[in-house]
Amino acid sequence: MDRVIGVDVVPPRGDIGEMTFVRADIRNPVIAKIIVKSDVDTVVHMSVVATPGSAGGRTSMKEFNVIGTMQLLAACQKAPTLRHMVVKSTTTVYGASSRDPAMFTEDMNPKRQPRSGYAKDAFEVESYVRGFARRRPDVRVTMLRAANVIGPLTQSPIVQYFNLPVIPTVLGFDPRMQFLHESDLLDVLRHAAMGDSYGTFNVAGDGVIMLSQAIRRLGRTALPLPPFAVSSLGGMLRKAGLADFSPEQVEFLTYGRGVDTTRMRDELAFEPRYTSAEAFADFGSALGPGVHSPGRIGSPDRVLAGLEGSLGGEQHG
Amino acid sequence: MGDAEVIPIGTRGRPGRGTGQDKPSSAARSLAGPTARNGSAKSAPRKVAPPSAPQDPPATEVEPTSAGAPASGGTSSTTATDRTPGIPVTDWLSAFAHGAREVFGEAWEPRLAEFLAFLRRRLTGDYVVDEYGFDPEVTERFLIASLRPIAEKWFRIEVRGIENIPTEGGALVVSNHSGTIPVDGLMTMASIHDQTGRFLRPLGADLVFKLPLVSEMARKAGATLACNEDAERMLRGGELVGVWPEGFKGIGKPYADRYKLQRFGRGGFVGAALRTGVPIVPLSVVGAEEIYPLVGNVPSLARLLGVPYIPITPFFPLLGPLGLVPLPSKWILEFGEPIRTDEYDEHAAEDPMLVFNVTDQVRETIQQTLYQLLMQRTSVFR
Repeated sequence: MDRVIGVDVVPPRGDIGEMTFVRADIRNPVIAKIIVKSDVDTVVHMSVVATPGSAGGRTSMKEFNVIGTMQLLAACQKAPTLRHMVVKSTTTVYGASSRDPAMFTEDMNPKRQPRSGYAKDAFEVESYVRGFARRRPDVRVTMLRAANVIGPLTQSPIVQYFNLPVIPTVLGFDPRMQFLHESDLLDVLRHAAMGDSYGTFNVAGDGVIMLSQAIRRLGRTALPLPPFAVSSLGGMLRKAGLADFSPEQVEFLTYGRGVDTTRMRDELAFEPRYTSAEAFADFGSALGPGVHSPGRIGSPDRVLAGLEGSLGGEQHG
Repeated sequence: MGDAEVIPIGTRGRPGRGTGQDKPSSAARSLAGPTARNGSAKSAPRKVAPPSAPQDPPATEVEPTSAGAPASGGTSSTTATDRTPGIPVTDWLSAFAHGAREVFGEAWEPRLAEFLAFLRRRLTGDYVVDEYGFDPEVTERFLIASLRPIAEKWFRIEVRGIENIPTEGGALVVSNHSGTIPVDGLMTMASIHDQTGRFLRPLGADLVFKLPLVSEMARKAGATLACNEDAERMLRGGELVGVWPEGFKGIGKPYADRYKLQRFGRGGFVGAALRTGVPIVPLSVVGAEEIYPLVGNVPSLARLLGVPYIPITPFFPLLGPLGLVPLPSKWILEFGEPIRTDEYDEHAAEDPMLVFNVTDQVRETIQQTLYQLLMQRTSVFR
């Protein structure tokens, strides 16, 4: 590999090293010229936007995700030198429902097809990519379904959610969650772009943590609400620009989701550095302490330590 | 708007029974102990605010009030507990220690420390769940601990053939299902854990994971959805998996049909056992049919609520919440001899006839054991 070309609508800030940057919109056929002209052999598609806010509303988000992918694939189909394509997808395509198996493997389909939002975009992007793989069998297509990406630098619906001062949860449900650290996401994209493996892979950190556990680890306060209240509160938060509660996000917060990563280990030969819990801890340490964090007033540690200390004092004194 | 009138509730920190008098009642004086009698009655150690400052809110035990110090005669050599109003810390501690001794027994200190450590782990989220959301700590310390007295005292469960459960490795426990609400599943979990130390991982219908609170508890207790993927995954992971193949047909059958096994689904559990090569342990439960005798159903309401049936028992809904108390029938859990599946080759699960045969074999074993147990039983409640 001797040349990397970055394409985005916003120029990157800071030093990008050896990389060449082209400012272009992938919804525009200009992308085809870039690919053909510079004899690209590997395309890494990471441009599926999860937050409508950053894309300027749901309509342009959908356009960016779906039309952008179609343009990119159309351009790639005409590129004779292309050998490898890596697409970053998401585990959201599996949906979340009460009829889900505990762990989704790559061959399983969602119990219900996503009807709106990010999940539907990702689902459609995947189907276009599969169509491309059929039309260009000489190109190795690697699809990476990443679990909730989390880390100090990430902006995503789940990060916004955990940033809320009081975290609304769905009453009577405790979803299982998996996380992928942002540095592991970069590593797996690099690994996939440089490697020979192809196919679809779930990518997630080891283990799961429950939402209640995650909130306790952050030292924050959970606010259990009935499902309809979560949806309406989500609508209000979305209008206020605080967090993005799409219907599929509420479903995820109700039923949770787990994906099996055996294929990631065995076939892709990739091992994330962070487990789900470690990735979450790294995110939490950057987030700042909550009300119940160690050292704060409401810390259970402090109360219990006080109790234990006085107990010990009474015994020995 | 005028000033709000403050209506005092209680004694406002003064001793006595709310008579409004400054002097404590005789009962309160005797409670105050000899030190209070020696000193002035004003500095009685029980929740006292000095009468010179009756408007003060009842002070907490740690902050000495400015008025409190002169009231105790201005002697600076008195201990901290004398000077601070409220219950002295030492009293709190001795009461606490006494209570702990009552609750935890003589070895209370290590047990209390353990309990506090447990509490801290829970409150800070410092525990581990497996990929199904199973939380062994909460299951063992909370769920099974609260089921144990019901199993032992209320249903007086007798467990037979527990040696048929392998001590390690995957196994599939297949049981009959009855009792209107799945109490039999919970009791089986508790009995197996108490007898063998292993956790039974139940497979539940999707309704379980749709209901609030139930779904939360089910995942924590180690349950997962009754589907082939999860069953095989758990069995491959070496878990002891429990399945009730009759499902709602079994649990919601009328009382008149008691101990008649319903259809065993499509035999999916046999397929899972064949593919993973684990033994099938048949379990026959006698006694669970009688806890809530189902005599009626409201199908239209059930359809409206999206549940399989709305039970009517002789006591529910007639007696309201009291009707939810299960009848204290005597239970017998008999584990049969394991049916081995590791002798079949790996394609055996693709042979529908073989799957049907094994399903029938399991079903017949359970049905025959049920009849035998019923013959031996002299009364439902003894």
